[in-house]
Amino acid sequence: MNDVTGRTWLIIPMFNEGPVVRQVVSEALKTFGNVVCVDDGSIDNSVHEAAAGGAVVVRHPINLGAGAAIRTGLDYALQDPSAEFFVLFDADGQHQISDAQAMAERLDSEGLDILIGSRFLDNRTTPGLVKKIVLQTAIRFERLSTGVRLTDAHNGLRAMNRHAATLIEITQNRFAHATEIVAEIKRHDLAYGEHAVHILYTDYSRSKGQSVWNSVNILSDLFVK
Amino acid sequence: MFGSQIIIQVLLAGAFTLFALVVIVPTKGSRHLAVRRLSMLAILGLGVATVAFPDITTEVADSVGVGRGTDLVLYVLVVVFVGNSIFNAAKFRHHERDITKLARALAIRDAPRPWEDHER
Repeated sequence: MNDVTGRTWLIIPMFNEGPVVRQVVSEALKTFGNVVCVDDGSIDNSVHEAAAGGAVVVRHPINLGAGAAIRTGLDYALQDPSAEFFVLFDADGQHQISDAQAMAERLDSEGLDILIGSRFLDNRTTPGLVKKIVLQTAIRFERLSTGVRLTDAHNGLRAMNRHAATLIEITQNRFAHATEIVAEIKRHDLAYGEHAVHILYTDYSRSKGQSVWNSVNILSDLFVK
Repeated sequence: MFGSQIIIQVLLAGAFTLFALVVIVPTKGSRHLAVRRLSMLAILGLGVATVAFPDITTEVADSVGVGRGTDLVLYVLVVVFVGNSIFNAAKFRHHERDITKLARALAIRDAPRPWEDHER
């Protein structure tokens, strides 16, 4: 832990991640001073596993969705007066702690409000063809509708400072929150940047990941008020 | 008679377009409720009128270019059904938002606050 990671909260939304979350949390705690898992009404042993790994666990009494869990995690961590940076991190082990650390340090050194992870800035990540097409379409849609230019639309690894964490509203309970965050960057005129991250597609993360069908749900969530 | 078909077409298409606008453009909650109650009253009034004077469905149908009164009743039913579904969906989303806030408040209230331990 250094100066920056000690002032950072790692926020891990989780929903039925029992098999992996303990490992992810204990790995994260080697680097970060504060880790909170937001349990979104899991019906497995996720809560126990996350606590065993050493995380603070905030529990939604009912399942609300990934977007809701992120906002809850931010609200929780913002209560800590010494918290300066907030990193959103996936529970399934597909993100790298080293990427998260580098992002928090960049926020500190470059004075940015928010950094969005991108798996398309370098060649480390290899998604399948269909996934690639869906993601590219989503990026184009976001550029058109928000004017924010990003290379990866739905990357769960994001880091922000207190300013951004306070301002960003997430009303989309489910997965449309990713696009909503991009829209919020535009609305509040936040200083944003991208950071090359490596997504490790394990069999576990693949089985938990969003199916391509979910893009239909995301679109309709965005348009239907 | 065939030429007047355009009237019902415009009415039906107009109703669905209106619904689409209601779905996409956010409005104030009180107006939604008022519109809903007024439509409900209108539908009940229409129901009583058509029971008392069964022939008026045919007469109205003729004047808007629909073949039979029964067909007109069916069309109106479809419009009412779709409208009702849309209003219910909107109401459901509002509830969802409220429940989210409530659940979040509970979750945060019940969570430990390690930074307070450090201060002591």
